[in-house]
Amino acid sequence: MSLLQVDNVSRQFGSLVAVQGVSMSVAAGELRAVIGPNGAGKTTLFNLISGFFPPTSGRMTFDGRDVTRLPPHRRVAIGIARTFQITEVFPDLTVAENLRIAVEAAAGYRLRPWLSQRAAREVRDRVDALLELGSLGAKADRPIAELPHGDQRATEIMMALALRPRLLLLDEPTAGMGDQETYDITRLVRRLHQDRELSIVLIEHDMRVIFHLADRILVLAEGKVLAEGTPAEIAADERVQAAYLGKAA
Amino acid sequence: MKALAGRYVDLAIWLGLATLPYWIGAAGGYTSLGTRVVVMALAATALNFLLGFTGVLSFGHAAYFGLGAYGAGMTIKYLVPSTGLGILVGVAAGTAAAAIVGALIARLRGVYFAMVTIAFGQVFYFIAFRWNAVTGGDDGLSGWRRLPIDLGFGSIDILGNDQAFYYLTLAGFAVAVAVMAALLRSPFGRSLLAIRENERRARFLGIPVEQHIWLSFVVSCFFVSLAGALYALLNNFADPHDLRWDQSGDFVIMAVLGGMRTFWGPLVGAAIFVVLQDYLSTLTDNWMSLIGVFFILVVMFFPRGVLGMLRRRKATS
Repeated sequence: MSLLQVDNVSRQFGSLVAVQGVSMSVAAGELRAVIGPNGAGKTTLFNLISGFFPPTSGRMTFDGRDVTRLPPHRRVAIGIARTFQITEVFPDLTVAENLRIAVEAAAGYRLRPWLSQRAAREVRDRVDALLELGSLGAKADRPIAELPHGDQRATEIMMALALRPRLLLLDEPTAGMGDQETYDITRLVRRLHQDRELSIVLIEHDMRVIFHLADRILVLAEGKVLAEGTPAEIAADERVQAAYLGKAA
Repeated sequence: MKALAGRYVDLAIWLGLATLPYWIGAAGGYTSLGTRVVVMALAATALNFLLGFTGVLSFGHAAYFGLGAYGAGMTIKYLVPSTGLGILVGVAAGTAAAAIVGALIARLRGVYFAMVTIAFGQVFYFIAFRWNAVTGGDDGLSGWRRLPIDLGFGSIDILGNDQAFYYLTLAGFAVAVAVMAALLRSPFGRSLLAIRENERRARFLGIPVEQHIWLSFVVSCFFVSLAGALYALLNNFADPHDLRWDQSGDFVIMAVLGGMRTFWGPLVGAAIFVVLQDYLSTLTDNWMSLIGVFFILVVMFFPRGVLGMLRRRKATS
């Protein structure tokens, strides 16, 4: 059964149709890549799935539940978490504080004026576990704004993971990164997918990353679905080569 | 190390405030000047809960300050001659108004939020200014005074004894500041920091941003109303100017002057503001322009405020 079902969704900004009649079905445990030239509507599609704004028309369900008009914080509560193309963290706080806020939000503590010893310890343990998973332990107490981009991005992914999502949306996680950082992030995403069987939808430009990771690929162009299939099928698709791969090469 | 230094700063501040009536005379001041510093520090610290730690600028906090003042004064003048009840009614009036206004404006951001807080503030100002029969209008609410606090086994004379009223005010300040500090160290306080730091990220961590901004606004106005009630008791008078937009501006100036990213900054800012005002107004009627120049210099050369600058200097040395 599919975890996320996107049905004929469109989004218009004035006269610009950013996403037009896109349908997509993501199975539980699947890693889906969304690719397409600049302006193809990839980030708009992400914004629709995460609830940043509602679609002009169409319908979305998550785990059988209609989420088309659900506000973002409610989507987080049922298991949809995301990262942003331009890393969104809390710049003046340390890595550990960034994670702590995410952990406390996920635990439903956001309105608590105090925590019991036990709850505080559980929060600390969870933060430590995320620091380790993201290989951030040595940098826990550094203000995040001082750290290289790769570490900020890893922190952002860990913040999303702190929410214990069932579906993780990653918007160009390797954008602007060097080879080593790209490799580290790719390895992290693969581990999350394989070890934790997390469903992931990934926007990505780096073809090495996509063909390395994705179970299936959705190709968007000018707001519409151009093709969909396994990496091998997409690589062989002439329309995709013309619209996208051809340009990239 | 940093935490330890913070402890010493806290200790020094509390010691200074606790002994203030015994040294302020030697420093050229007088006890009720100290009381005014503490009251304004409470208002500025409360404003800064919203401004510095939630990242939301209100330019209309004087409305709730004034509601606290008029609530206390009118209760004592018209209803019950009880200082304690006056404070309670003042705080309740200010907080209730803030809860309603806050619910209407929590969706607004930045300059729009600030503008609408001014507009609502002016509504309350004009009511106080125009409703002569009840509020005393332009002349303010007089003909009442703070009354001894009856503890059952005895009473504290806060009217004839400036020192006793100073300590009552300081007690209110201490409780308010302790509660705000505890909130800021709690998960709730961290969710407010999250909104200040990055509203989008906060929202996509599952924090309903509008609800939290509303809560922060109400908490902030609760303590501002307490400051307003204490201020009216200090003067035995409620002034329509207490609710006006320029009073709101003074609170913002105090917070920014002292350093809005620091917890004690507003206290430092309020102390500088009130003492400068007291001194300069004996020299010239245009004291506000001199404070204005001082404010501009601080913002230009120490954008993090006086306390923010001291802290930074220590961190780099």
